Amino acid sequence: MAKTFTKPRSLSDQYTHYCPGCTHGVIHRLVAETIDELGVMERTVGIAPVGCAVLAYNYFNCDFQEAAHGRAPAMATGIKRVRPDLVVFTYQGDGDLASIGMGEIVHAANRGEKFTTIFVNNAVYGMTGGQMAPTTMPGQRTTTSPAGRDVQQVGMPIKVAELLAALQTPAFISRQTVIDPKSIRKAKQAIRRAFEYQVAGRCFSLVEVLSTCPTNWGKTPLEAVDWVRDTMLPYYPLGDLKTPED
Amino acid sequence: MGKILMKGNEAIGEAAIRAGCLNYFAYPITPQSEVAEYLSWRMPEVGGVFLQGESEVAVGYMLFGAAGAGERVFTTSSSPGISLMSEAISYIAAAQLPAVFVNIIRGGPGLGGILPSQGDYFQATKGGGHGDYRLLVMAPASVQETAEMVMQAFPLAEKYRNPVMILGDGLIGQMMEPVEFPDHLRTAPSNKDEWASSGMSTRGSSRRNLVKSLFLDPETLNNQNLLLKAKYDRMKREEVRYEGYNLQGDYRVLIVSYGTMSRVCRTAVDNLKAQGLEVGLLRPQTLFPFPERAIREAAGKSTCRAVISIEMSMGQMVEDVERSVRGIRSVHWYGKCGGDVPTPEEIMEVVRDLDDGGCQTPGCICDKE
Repeated sequence: MAKTFTKPRSLSDQYTHYCPGCTHGVIHRLVAETIDELGVMERTVGIAPVGCAVLAYNYFNCDFQEAAHGRAPAMATGIKRVRPDLVVFTYQGDGDLASIGMGEIVHAANRGEKFTTIFVNNAVYGMTGGQMAPTTMPGQRTTTSPAGRDVQQVGMPIKVAELLAALQTPAFISRQTVIDPKSIRKAKQAIRRAFEYQVAGRCFSLVEVLSTCPTNWGKTPLEAVDWVRDTMLPYYPLGDLKTPED
Repeated sequence: MGKILMKGNEAIGEAAIRAGCLNYFAYPITPQSEVAEYLSWRMPEVGGVFLQGESEVAVGYMLFGAAGAGERVFTTSSSPGISLMSEAISYIAAAQLPAVFVNIIRGGPGLGGILPSQGDYFQATKGGGHGDYRLLVMAPASVQETAEMVMQAFPLAEKYRNPVMILGDGLIGQMMEPVEFPDHLRTAPSNKDEWASSGMSTRGSSRRNLVKSLFLDPETLNNQNLLLKAKYDRMKREEVRYEGYNLQGDYRVLIVSYGTMSRVCRTAVDNLKAQGLEVGLLRPQTLFPFPERAIREAAGKSTCRAVISIEMSMGQMVEDVERSVRGIRSVHWYGKCGGDVPTPEEIMEVVRDLDDGGCQTPGCICDKE
């Protein structure tokens, strides 16, 4: 009997270290499916961030480099400039990309570097234990904002996709989530499109994926999904913010 | 080819190209911006990569990525810029990748000044970034030697899979001198297929390569550091380079000096010889590994009364000189680091004082003895 659903070839056999209810696993799978479908695993180099996904290289089957905190876009620039034939993607969280790595992502996007960034936004620093991130929601309690994010003190959450879409250089910028089957299908389409633009040598591409962190949010996996829908989605609207055709 | 007149900074760029390095990322900073200006047109001319990054931080990681992909790559900067790159340098050393960094030192600390200095000796030789790593540090004293060292730096970086630093001062970058580029670069066959994340199809392999520096298990990390240490120990055995001047004579004082400063010392040695005072000069060409043994042996000469480190810093290399001499002679320091290069006359006076038996330099390390 033919198999109708299998693990992507680009994913390894290792169990992940991600917490129950975390959506990193789903996002990994969507990236791996895309790499399989485009047939580029053998010429793909991924770049792991610092954060929960630092060990992402254990879960993919392609070449990988491990970045310093926030610097993945600079490394991707280095690789892609010297080897334009490779398919390069960075996989970064919101502390990594939107805080310490803001300079690198803005300039890589503005130069129109031909790589793809998967930006996983779960509104918190995950690996270090749930500290406030630039994307933390107003009033959201974290270990460094125990009374809730005070926007008078630290400003409003950064909308990375909108910020990058405002740059004048052509790019593909999309925001998606993976909290239910329908949104997962849409996220897959966006991720695939992002890689296709890169393979065609068209433009920089970034897909922001709103993600869950039940552990650091102090919620059950189901409550976490609800929180993304009820709290994050109204502030971080989904959809393609910019395409190179614009 | 014959000799051509070239500015040091431009010779650095040309030497890298002739060494087969066609990838250059950089950020402008005085006094080495001419390298980027030169390569901004020269790299495209030879089909290479030139990219001006948004910061020295980013440039450091552009090198990390490119080196990790197995391509020859280099950058140039000056002191404050090297501080910013030091994070990446630590990661590159940890990930065991070859890359070449050129530091045309300016005065420091902080913004300091834009004139020549040797104030980054500690940063270069003791590690500006975190962790147990070392750079192979080469210190040229002329435009010709700069070109040669830049060309040698790439195969050395590949031999050790470790960053190599060319440590020059502002004068090396700014002055024009005749230079003749060596024709050939001897390079061992690359083993980059074993480690570069160059894409599996590039190397026809089904085994993927990881470029990483995270080792959470204590025993694994310790072993990793032992592996790095073994490379640095091998550098100490195989890569020490220095040049002696007037070391055959019965010198009474031994000067240790490198880079531009050593050229002034050479003039002082000649002048003092004409006046009847024999002085020896030992010029380290590699600062790590440091020519410890050569300095100890030179200091041990029976006629030698004192050893002095003359440097454009407030006494950095002198610590390695003192360590090398191991107490068999008194060790002294003389230096300036505001941007003025000490003159031959100043050096002659300092050396004469030493020969007379009395160090007159305020702040010399011998005060503590």
